[in-house]
Amino acid sequence: MHAVVCIKQVPDTTEVRIDPVTGTLDRRGVPNIVNPEDLHALEAALEFRDRFGGRVTVLTMGPNFAASALRECLALGADEGILLTDRRFAAADTFATTYALWTAIQKIERERGPVDVVLTGRYALDGDTGQVGPGLARRLKVPLLSYVTAVESVDFQARRIVVRRHVEGATVTLESRLPAVLTCSADLNRVRYAPLPALLAAQEAEVTTWTVDDVGADPEQCGLKGSPTIVSKSFVPEPRAGSCRFFEGEPETAAAALVDFLIEQEKIPGFELAGAKEA
Amino acid sequence: MPKNVNLDEWRGIWVYAEQRRGEVSPVTWELVGAARRLADAVDTYVAVVLIGDGVGRYAEQAFAFGADKAFVAEHPELAEFRTEVYGRLVVDLVLERKPEIFLLPATTQGRDLASTVATDLACGLTADTTQLEMDVEKRMLLATRPTFGGQQLATITSARWRPQMATVRPKVMPRPEPVPGRTGEVIRLEVGDVGADAPTRVLRVVEESNESRILDEADVIVAAGRGIGSKANLYLVEELAEALGGQVAGSRPVCDAGWLPKARQIGQTGITVRPKLYVAVGISGAIQHVVGMMQSGTIVAINADPKAPIFQVAHVGIVGDLFKVVPALTQAVRQRGRRAVLETVGG
Repeated sequence: MHAVVCIKQVPDTTEVRIDPVTGTLDRRGVPNIVNPEDLHALEAALEFRDRFGGRVTVLTMGPNFAASALRECLALGADEGILLTDRRFAAADTFATTYALWTAIQKIERERGPVDVVLTGRYALDGDTGQVGPGLARRLKVPLLSYVTAVESVDFQARRIVVRRHVEGATVTLESRLPAVLTCSADLNRVRYAPLPALLAAQEAEVTTWTVDDVGADPEQCGLKGSPTIVSKSFVPEPRAGSCRFFEGEPETAAAALVDFLIEQEKIPGFELAGAKEA
Repeated sequence: MPKNVNLDEWRGIWVYAEQRRGEVSPVTWELVGAARRLADAVDTYVAVVLIGDGVGRYAEQAFAFGADKAFVAEHPELAEFRTEVYGRLVVDLVLERKPEIFLLPATTQGRDLASTVATDLACGLTADTTQLEMDVEKRMLLATRPTFGGQQLATITSARWRPQMATVRPKVMPRPEPVPGRTGEVIRLEVGDVGADAPTRVLRVVEESNESRILDEADVIVAAGRGIGSKANLYLVEELAEALGGQVAGSRPVCDAGWLPKARQIGQTGITVRPKLYVAVGISGAIQHVVGMMQSGTIVAINADPKAPIFQVAHVGIVGDLFKVVPALTQAVRQRGRRAVLETVGG
């Protein structure tokens, strides 16, 4: 069994604040983390390896410091971490990102052997598009199993997998050929803890670094150049400042005034002002 | 793979009509409304793409909501959405008819299909947009989406590639008023032995007692944020919701912590709601939450921090300790409610 797990290092957006004075993002001191759902993808791959043996390769694209995200995966038990890093990969949209990851997976297949399954998180905390997994499946010409919440059965010999997917209002059980791309949700599993010695060892661990040339990618299809979409404008939404009507005083007074106001303005469905019917 | 195309060959604005278990999702009509607005700006047509088993009956509804054409692909093999099967149909159709813009819902189905199709077509795709405008001169879609965890907005364009694709969050675009009797052209697609060589097979579909549908339909939602402190304190919002005849929801941290089920999560990675009254309790108002509730009729915010961004979207608010304010609100609502009931009984 050979699993490739695609991960992304993301700023922990739950820690990002908007500077109330300048209205810009305050990213100071925001820690970089492995995208949380990608860790569930890694856990699924490690569980496959626990059962069937084999190899787990973790792949990411990013700046040099993204190597720390790979080291975290190595501490958890991944066999190899590969960092795609090159200025020419920078500013890629999801289309160009998918292209780059695809070229790297092809190289992995050539040099490390056939890949049975590619796993990644449902979406990344920062970009939130959910587009890379499906795009990667299409590039690899393998089935897409997205929003996976459970693996019911898997047989790498027979090349079949049965997964449960959670979609709006329903759980869909899908049988598929392998190889396939799985995008994993947090419900899929519980991510294991890295033992302390492994954590310490991983600090020093080597990660494999590949450039555009190493993976044989066409530079015209990488990064900004290879991106059909561009960000033409970026802004912090205009606040509807000053339009909030505040109710002040002791909690009881303020609360009563607010509720009366809402009822008067007919803002609470099903509530009427006392006496309104007679009037 | 991205390449310049002859832009003048591409005309028309398309909407993918999402169907689940044979029923077209309401978001489809919201997208048709948005497509109509964009199409009128550049004087072109609106088409819907209906794929499924027995979904052709929705063409008339699509016309009533503003579509001019309906492409219909029907086959028993198409009953359940499958990315590979639907993707191939859509790619072939796009290459044959060349629409300039293609809108899909930002749902699990829409996101999968959009990314698959955009990869095959080598065109630009903007995910999860909340605003769509048209640069009329360039016939360029200006697709705006929350980014960086929803704390910022970005307007994305794809000027030189066609079609310009975008997924749109449900409940963000207003649903247009249907015009009964408005007609259009139905174009039936030859689907042949579709799905025969599909790599996937749907074994089971288990529908849930849909928690999110409860929030969809709620007139009143009381949502708890991190400020609630612990699961044990949730009774405060539950009591207020009950007094108001509403439903309880939560922000991402509250649902991540398991205090409320994921189906109750409002915001960027949860669901979008549009109740008549939305009460935000102890929610700071990061945009990732706000995009999921900003369309609500009246927004009430309770927060200890007067600078919390939630007060920038709220219509009414109280700055104070939620552990004192919320019980006082519940008490006030109960009193008013009781008065109304008493008068009804007495009168």
